Amino acid sequence: MIRPLEHIVIPSGLIALGGLLGWSLFLAITGETGDRLAEIALARVPDSGVSNPVTSVLLNFRAYDTLLELAVLLTALLGIWSLGAAGPGFQKAASVLEGMVAGFVPLLILSAGYMLWVGAYAPGGAFQAGALLGAAGVMLALAGHRNAGLPSEDRLRPLVALGVFVFAITGVLLAVVGGGFLTYPAGLAKWLILIIETAATLSIGATLAAAYLGGRPAPEHATRESA
Amino acid sequence: MTSHVLGTQLLYGGSGILLVLLGLWSFLVHAPLLRKLIAINVMGAGVFHLLVAIAYRGIDTPPDPVPHALVLTGIVVAVSATALALAFGKRLDRDGD
Repeated sequence: MIRPLEHIVIPSGLIALGGLLGWSLFLAITGETGDRLAEIALARVPDSGVSNPVTSVLLNFRAYDTLLELAVLLTALLGIWSLGAAGPGFQKAASVLEGMVAGFVPLLILSAGYMLWVGAYAPGGAFQAGALLGAAGVMLALAGHRNAGLPSEDRLRPLVALGVFVFAITGVLLAVVGGGFLTYPAGLAKWLILIIETAATLSIGATLAAAYLGGRPAPEHATRESA
Repeated sequence: MTSHVLGTQLLYGGSGILLVLLGLWSFLVHAPLLRKLIAINVMGAGVFHLLVAIAYRGIDTPPDPVPHALVLTGIVVAVSATALALAFGKRLDRDGD
């Protein structure tokens, strides 16, 4: 049976929209571009303290965006926590899965450290490293570790806020010493970016794993009972 | 800009537009919240495709880093919004019973 709205009206509207979008895309990539942001950004990469253009945009030229992005992540987690406690979790994994998890989690943590460091000059960085840490947490949760390897709530709170905190404090300190908010001095840029990225990685990993649990983590004593 | 780069951009960007349209259709047509959430994520993937296609400037030229940074930001925001939406959905289900 043909329902007119679902099968005729909406599809034809979407086809028209698709034509419009396709035409705009064609004009956007064939037209005269003039000065693109890419040239300006790529020309200034040597001043940014890192040689990977994407990291220099994320952590230097548009550091403000990244700070707010970490705040979005934190806010989402606070929203999830405000909805109640996490579920009871999965049952304890059998020995094969448990053995695989025991092998993979250290590897993931190691790769996260590598990703964090390599982000200075190749694809990688805090978000990729944080995602790997988050994946390690998800793996632990799937294997029946009730809190996904995360610490108890009072220690988890500082951890998930660490990224925003270090980022904002660095920005404010730089503003106080006269550079302007998040305007890194030339020689220090590399180290400041590394400090911020390390804090951001830990926070992102903890936040993603905590978000996967879907609620406030269980209190410490309950964890011990289930372990 | 060579025709090879243009073709790649159109192919990749066109697939992005297709994903946006499929996601939008699914979002409009299906009632369950979970399907709507997946549809929004498919739309988001389409938008990321488009941005990456626009950033591409040939295999030997470094891509435009600004859209790439936007995509990274977008992925994180999409993941956190999805997690929050899932938590809302779970809570709605629990209270609905």
